[in-house]
Amino acid sequence: MTPLADMSLLSSFLLIFVSAAFTDNILLARFLGMCSCLGVSKKVDTSIGLGTAVIFVTACTAALNYLVYRYLLVPLGLDYLRLITFIVVIAAFTQFVEMVIERVSEKLYNALGIFLPLITVNCAILGISLFMLNKPYSFLQAFSFGLGGGFGWFLAITLIGAIRERINEATLPRGLEGPGITLIIIGIMALGFIGFSGMIKI
Amino acid sequence: MLLSVLISVGFLLGCGLFLAALLLLAEKKILNYGICRIQINAGRKELEVAGGSSLLTSLAEHNVFIPSACGGRGTCGYCKVTVHEGGGAIHPVEEPYLTPEEIAANVRLACQVKVRRDLDIAIPEELFSVSRYRARVEHKRPLTHDIVELRLKLLDPPALTFEAGQYVQLESAEYKGRESVMRGYSISSLPTETSHIELIIRLVPDGICSTWVFHHLKNHQEVNFSGPYGFFHLADTDAPIICIAGGSGMAPIWSIIRDMQARGITHRPTTYFFGALTQRDLFFLDEFKQIEKDAPWFKFVPALSQEPADSDWTGERGLITDVVNRHFPDASQHEAYLCGSPGMIDAAIAVLQNNGMPEHHIFYDKF
Ligand SMILES: Cc1cc2nc3c(=O)[nH]c(=O)nc-3n(C[C@H](O)[C@H](O)[C@H](O)COP(=O)(O)OP(=O)(O)OC[C@H]3O[C@@H](n4cnc5c(N)ncnc54)[C@H](O)[C@@H]3O)c2cc1C
Ligand code: FES
Repeated sequence: MTPLADMSLLSSFLLIFVSAAFTDNILLARFLGMCSCLGVSKKVDTSIGLGTAVIFVTACTAALNYLVYRYLLVPLGLDYLRLITFIVVIAAFTQFVEMVIERVSEKLYNALGIFLPLITVNCAILGISLFMLNKPYSFLQAFSFGLGGGFGWFLAITLIGAIRERINEATLPRGLEGPGITLIIIGIMALGFIGFSGMIKI
Repeated sequence: MLLSVLISVGFLLGCGLFLAALLLLAEKKILNYGICRIQINAGRKELEVAGGSSLLTSLAEHNVFIPSACGGRGTCGYCKVTVHEGGGAIHPVEEPYLTPEEIAANVRLACQVKVRRDLDIAIPEELFSVSRYRARVEHKRPLTHDIVELRLKLLDPPALTFEAGQYVQLESAEYKGRESVMRGYSISSLPTETSHIELIIRLVPDGICSTWVFHHLKNHQEVNFSGPYGFFHLADTDAPIICIAGGSGMAPIWSIIRDMQARGITHRPTTYFFGALTQRDLFFLDEFKQIEKDAPWFKFVPALSQEPADSDWTGERGLITDVVNRHFPDASQHEAYLCGSPGMIDAAIAVLQNNGMPEHHIFYDKF
């Protein structure tokens, strides 16, 4: 494994971001966060809305969960409780963010607010928090892993949304409408993203 | 071993409690909107409420009851009010229930509007007379295999004033993991009896409220409902009348016809078409025979659509709409009162309009 500590801070930061976003794309390589993706990717603007919210939440929860794991779970020897703890932390965090957004900007709340409850149960977020433990990351590296993972999801759902918007103008065979064609699109895009894998290994 | 179990349980508990406390605190601090004023119908009423809840619940807390069938989850579209000021942007949940004209006129779903600042709203004047009632089940008797009659004695407040044809919203209790809901049921008793109401309720397979009434509600049990709601009532004209109902759609018509009798309205010839599947779905036959005897202006026409051809049934057969069509090829002078499933009502409206009835002479409640 590449000794991460050897790299300069910035390049490790960037590398982790890029690998999380492209080579290890959470939606297209790991197939996580599929249900909200299928539900929301009908249009580009809602895709962008949900994607943005996911970037924000993954980055913050990755950082939060890193701290919880490193300074609570490991010292207490409760490593095996990480799954359930992360779920609780993510749920509480999204609730909290929802409240803050509601208070600070009603406009943003109307745009993002409906997506936050969806995010609470989005497995991509939990996935990123769990995968980050597989590597010996520092706090900042974990944060950039979360940021990159969220960005990867954002990118994927936005692209899917754009393709679906075009496809919806055409008449499809009955059986392919909706989730059917969407899964095929996602499959083809996933093949494309395989091209990235092997470029960076982190 | 025991220690590690204790530590993990303690940790999870502590973690959960800590986060819950944090969220509660945040909610108190962050989502505190203070006191908001709600002005209703240009000063007809003014309320001061603690901001933060939905408009629907804030109003109900101050005894202004907006109709609602889903308990505020934004799935029934009943709770429409006009919000002139302070409602904020329209919520995506509301859009499917509002027509473009309604959106332009600032109509909103009260359950989706959060009270964040002073509001200026308008509601139908009638809603001011709506209250919430506590009542006791006096009897529950089967009318057919899937329809029961419920007789409720009002406890608090002790009397209800309504017009024949209006409905109340019954609140079901929680049972077997199904949530408490509110559903509209037309009052089938007479307005002259203010101390009791009667409802006619059909069992909807797997329906939350009707299953509760059928299988869980006991005699002498206390229930809550709000009302009266609705604009379905006899219009004050002299036109002859056609009533069409199916199944539990009987309820308001049963009340309206006996109310006409009680009020001595005898100059409006009335024909009541009641649609059912087979003979076992019919009820009140004797009662209607008696009314026909006492009131020469009234005619009852039950029609069966799935009665076996070789049975002893001598009355009308076929779809209720076809039967109406046969009896009234010219309906241009009549007024019609329809009650039942949306499908039946749409079909009946089509037949009546086809036979010359003007749209504004057709009144209906879709169940
Ligand atoms: C103005 C008015 C007056 C009315 N008057 C009467 C009356 O006098 N008598 C009368 O009997 N009724 C009347 N109704 C109809 C009544 O209000 C109810 O709609 C009816 O009783 C069914 O309610 P429910 O809670 O039993 O069924 P619901 O729980 O609302 O279910 C309705 C249907 O949806 C299905 N369903 C339920 N939950 C789900 C789910 N989670 N997913 C998918 N499907 C689901 C059920 O299987 C059922 O077929 C009236 C309605 C209106 C609007
Ligand atoms: S109460 Fe049902 S939509 Fe508002």
